[in-house]
Amino acid sequence: MDNVKFGVIMTTLGMGGTLFSLWLLTLVMSALKKAFPERPETPAGGAGKEAGK
Amino acid sequence: MMESLQSSLHFLVSGFAALTWQQAVMIAVGCLLLYLGIAKDYEPLLLLPIGFGAVLVNLPLTGLMEEDGLLRFFYNTGVLTEVFPCLIFVGIGAMTDFRPLLTRPSILLLGAAGQFGIFLTIILALGLGMTQLDAVAVGVIGACDGPTAIYVTSQYAPHLLGPVSVAAYSYMSLVPLVQPPIMRALTTEKERKIVMKITKEKVSQTVCIIFPIAVTIVTCLIAPKGAPLMGMIMLGNLMRESGVVARLVGAAENEIPNVVTLLLGLSIGATMQADKFLNTTTLLVLGLGLLAIMLDTVMGVMFGKLMCFVTKGQVNPLIGAAGISAYPMAARVAQVQGQRYNKRNYLLMHAMGANTGGQVGSVMAAGIMLSIIQGLGLG
Repeated sequence: MDNVKFGVIMTTLGMGGTLFSLWLLTLVMSALKKAFPERPETPAGGAGKEAGK
Repeated sequence: MMESLQSSLHFLVSGFAALTWQQAVMIAVGCLLLYLGIAKDYEPLLLLPIGFGAVLVNLPLTGLMEEDGLLRFFYNTGVLTEVFPCLIFVGIGAMTDFRPLLTRPSILLLGAAGQFGIFLTIILALGLGMTQLDAVAVGVIGACDGPTAIYVTSQYAPHLLGPVSVAAYSYMSLVPLVQPPIMRALTTEKERKIVMKITKEKVSQTVCIIFPIAVTIVTCLIAPKGAPLMGMIMLGNLMRESGVVARLVGAAENEIPNVVTLLLGLSIGATMQADKFLNTTTLLVLGLGLLAIMLDTVMGVMFGKLMCFVTKGQVNPLIGAAGISAYPMAARVAQVQGQRYNKRNYLLMHAMGANTGGQVGSVMAAGIMLSIIQGLGLG
């Protein structure tokens, strides 16, 4: 394969592939955050644990 | 008696007689690396063993890189098999906190733009007459990530391992000098003053645990050849976030990277033999490597400007420069530059997000390159 063809394939697929993959990961991260949101700690549970000590 | 004495004396000074001027130059280069590591504090953990390895391997008649030599053993066992860079990645994963990135996932895209310099450099290297696989090895210096550069180069251009590794590690420490002029040249003062809101949103521990597993599955399905790198970095991160293997995390953060860094540095130094290192290709590799990192910064800042435009001024383009893998130097540079123009500007959290994105991006870019090479039947 000649260098021009190799360069074009590597640049197009490389840059496009990296951008696409990371974009896909942003979607995964957003989905994870929606599926498992941070829940505030329940003071009652914490107090119970302390009391148990 | 006199004959035996003479022959013993001759043997004792044979090292001096066998020393070539090329070896003397390389010993001086090794000493320069030692100076940079010790006196200037440029990546001392790597430059010290690399520099010492370069000195050792260029001393004549030592046989350290011959078939049964000590440094040859380290090189064959850890570098040729790609074990050393992968083990380093377990440590990097264990030391990386992805929460700033998880807080604002869109910042991950800066980690992609920060890798574009790799591909632009490959085109330049091809234009300068390098072979295709050599061009890939030189371009990957732009990943600004030593283990990734070593991993790719040891597979496809092992004869360039010395200059590529030295460039990758030494330029990484030059990020605070290389990036600021480019950042200033490509942004307006108004853009540099943009204050980014501090997000108070917290990321749940469940997300932090699932993240490395999900990233491994998604990225390895896209670029299977990158699995050793991405798999190891995410394994390290999963150990950290799971909270159930404190001993392994301790080893991954300390003992493993310490031992591997020492052996890796020595092995890289051992590739800097005068007859293989002192040529115009080395100069070309060093020059193109620097260009790759500069192009990464250019593309990162330009993508930051695009995000600034799309979000109507909510993103400071300076954090785009942190989309490379040099962690945490690049993030610190963005913070320092931001504060220089607006004392109330705290970009560090956002820049750390972009910087960890750059780590994922550099491994992803390398994995994609390896998969393309395999797909083209070159590897």
